[in-house]
Amino acid sequence: MSRTFLGMPGRALERGFPANAAAAVRDSQLRFNLRKATRTIRGKRASVVAELPDWEGLRQAGKSIKDHTLRNLDRYLLQLEGAVTAAGGHVHWARDADEANRIVAGLVKATGETEVVKVKSMATQEIGLNEALAAEGVTAYETDLAELIVQLGDDWPSHILVPAIHRNRAEIREIFRKRMGEWGRPAPEDLTDDPRALAEAARLHLRERFLSTKVAISGANFMIAETGTLVVLESEGNGRMCLTLPRTLISVVGIEKILPTWRDLEVFLQLLPRSSTGERMNPYTSTWTGATEGQEFHLVLLDNGRTDVLADEVGRQALRCIRCSACLNVCPVYERAGGHAYGSVYPGPIGAILTPQLRGMGSELDRSLPYASSLCGACYEVCPVAIDIPEVLVDLRAKARHPRAERLGMAAAGWIFNRPERLALAQRAGGRLRRFVPKRLPGPMSAWTDTRDIPDIPRESFRDWWDRTGGGQTGTEPRDGAAR
Amino acid sequence: MRVALFITCVNDTLFPGTGKATVTLLRRLGVDVAFPRAQTCCGQMHVNTGYREEGVRLARHFAEVFGGYDAVVVPSGSCGAMVREQYPRLAPAATEEVVPKVYELSEFLIDVLGVTDVGAYYPHRVTYHPTCHSLRGLHLGDRPLRLLRNVRGLELVPLPGAEECCGFGGTFAVKNPAISAAMCADKVGNVMATGAQVLCAADNSCLMHIGGTLTRQKTGVKIMHLAEILAATEATEDAPAAATIERSAP
Amino acid sequence: MNARDQILARIRGAVTGAPDVEVPRDYRGATGPGPGAGTAEPRLIDLLAERLRDYRAIVHVVPEAEIASVVREALARRAAARLVVPDGLPSAWLRPPEGEAVPYETVPYETVRDDPELSAGDLDRVDGVITGCAAAIAETGTIVLDAGPGQGRRALTLLPDYHLCVVRADQVVAGVPDAVAVLVAERPLTWISGPSATSDIELDRVEGVHGPRTLEVVIST
Repeated sequence: MSRTFLGMPGRALERGFPANAAAAVRDSQLRFNLRKATRTIRGKRASVVAELPDWEGLRQAGKSIKDHTLRNLDRYLLQLEGAVTAAGGHVHWARDADEANRIVAGLVKATGETEVVKVKSMATQEIGLNEALAAEGVTAYETDLAELIVQLGDDWPSHILVPAIHRNRAEIREIFRKRMGEWGRPAPEDLTDDPRALAEAARLHLRERFLSTKVAISGANFMIAETGTLVVLESEGNGRMCLTLPRTLISVVGIEKILPTWRDLEVFLQLLPRSSTGERMNPYTSTWTGATEGQEFHLVLLDNGRTDVLADEVGRQALRCIRCSACLNVCPVYERAGGHAYGSVYPGPIGAILTPQLRGMGSELDRSLPYASSLCGACYEVCPVAIDIPEVLVDLRAKARHPRAERLGMAAAGWIFNRPERLALAQRAGGRLRRFVPKRLPGPMSAWTDTRDIPDIPRESFRDWWDRTGGGQTGTEPRDGAAR
Repeated sequence: MRVALFITCVNDTLFPGTGKATVTLLRRLGVDVAFPRAQTCCGQMHVNTGYREEGVRLARHFAEVFGGYDAVVVPSGSCGAMVREQYPRLAPAATEEVVPKVYELSEFLIDVLGVTDVGAYYPHRVTYHPTCHSLRGLHLGDRPLRLLRNVRGLELVPLPGAEECCGFGGTFAVKNPAISAAMCADKVGNVMATGAQVLCAADNSCLMHIGGTLTRQKTGVKIMHLAEILAATEATEDAPAAATIERSAP
Repeated sequence: MNARDQILARIRGAVTGAPDVEVPRDYRGATGPGPGAGTAEPRLIDLLAERLRDYRAIVHVVPEAEIASVVREALARRAAARLVVPDGLPSAWLRPPEGEAVPYETVPYETVRDDPELSAGDLDRVDGVITGCAAAIAETGTIVLDAGPGQGRRALTLLPDYHLCVVRADQVVAGVPDAVAVLVAERPLTWISGPSATSDIELDRVEGVHGPRTLEVVIST
């Protein structure tokens, strides 16, 4: 597999998930922020999903539409290209992040502009577009409120839908007060931490930028092969600003974002908002086909590792993902580790299966991601396209390189389990040594006894009891364990 | 009907009381349960840690051991889910016959025997943790709760955040100890908030994890497998040595 | 090999031998009456009003004959002095019927047309915009604009801080599949469910960011 860039350099990449997560767990402010936010959205999602009597039918349709599309992806991409071109748009293809960045930078420079406004987009974050544009002398202004918070704070996104979920209102106020002036209109002097006031500050800060910037860059939630239509779901109206006002619109979209027909939207426009923000419908959805209302339109189709994922029989289901983030919001590991611990723009359960597939498992971090889950299955249950995340995690674990000590331990356990006599012998040895087991274990097992007692080892295993008593039909009960 | 007990390696080795309680309970309900001596482990630890080949071997072994029975009862949600969810992927041909005959204990009692009142007596305040693989893997639903509600003397108190994972996750507890412990701390907090004397579940691995924290924190809350509560009667309550004493040891 | 050919070749290599799937559609599909198919059931109108209000839109349900007076009152409450009126908006929505007390000439606001095309700055300075719509979805509380007559180009309903939208009863459909069935993909569509909002701060919903902060909807029966 190729080393695909996923837009997240920095400290989180240097060590494995367990160390990143352990540091995050100690950050009580982060824990509090994440807990509050994920629990709020969890409840909202559950109630709007429960409103629909046909949710499971929609989910199965969504899953199947995506599977069918992926199976015929070449055909649908060509159909899309034809439709977009016929509608006056221009289609470009990018094998990897570098190629996509070069294409976009070239398109921006061709307009003569040095500033672009951006709609929140995972694809452009994935390829590190802002940094690539900066290197070419082009400033990209994020306009989504959460992306603005991240950009002003020199921070990294930690959630797919709400990149600044790790920040609370007081922190956001500080970021706005300190940094807005450097990027444009400063925050009001009397800015409070009321979310309404913070949203108003963002409105004022970005207003002039929207009215004057000539180039916009977006992603898309869906592309319709049949009609060449692109679809963006959003809440704030920054998306509409970027899609509508600038003269040139460049959309960078992963090749898996395609849907065959216009009708298929009837499924996904129900699945996505309810799973994502827990709303019946997000405030704004824009659709456009090719060059619209006199705009110049460019579509950059991005591979960047996706075809590698597609080649994996089990792992390819991750390409069904519609980036709703329901799996993050319900994940007990994400809730405590936060998004940065995953070292990728794709955090949480979906990140734990997507990142190692896109990027490969060469680094300690990427090898540790498939283990960043207790396999509790909550992610699979809420996934609107039924990605069996635990299944893919287990599959990736089988492909990962394992530490030597663990390999030996697993081989020994396997050897014992292969023969019931060996298991019985091991149990008897354990029973005899039970008094010598310390309360705190050494080595890797200390991870258990740091916070937990180990259970008392019984003198007699079940199978020995069964043999001795004929399954409890004869003999008397030993006062097992009572001596301890 | 030929019924076999799949005790699971964890219960066999560390929690024999659960196996004895399961046998006691099934006999009381008129089921003559067999214990095939050749059984070992379902392979869950190997597969979920990334050692699939061992898992495939153990899945085939399971099919050989239990192939001749009409029903296989397993007092463990996660081992039951391992067999039902993962065997069809690991060794489809070898296991397709045995997999549909594997029942978690509460499923066997309610779906096969048609019993919700097993004649148990357990006069204590109990809260029930549904465990992830019982809830989302096997879809046990409220079966264990229906059984517990019919236990005389038992006061069942709802567990806040019941559906949330306790943080055990097999080797997850050792590979990601900080997150695992944080999840368990929240679970323990919820258990304590109920004021229950006993935490019950249908899975001893989760109970071992939560119970290890409960005793480390000297909370005094006992852990009990569902089978142990359902096996309890007036007689065992008077002389609790048989099923419960291993757990009550400080 | 160029990027296009290489990506297509990788895809073909990746899915070779993979099974195709049938798409089950076991969900409520398009069944309700579409726009023009007659008046929607009162049940749908009530549901639309309820769902719009849920997301903090101001909603009036009135007989068609009263649209003009409700519009006039709404604009007066809003103190909207300059109002963008897209081409093709039914004049009856602004002009009270003959014989009503207030003649059209005395309406307390100035109307602005988008001809010649207003600049973004111009649109930023008006007090509001009044439009019709292409369809409205009861179950989700959504109105959909398709830039058709009486709606104008997309910027008209984006920059003014106040959007007053008139929905005719026969434009109300039951659910999302009904709307997808009646809308035309090739038109630029804007689906609007309540005023601009964000959940980016502690995942708490706050109404009013970049789009119109006030959405007022008049549903005519």
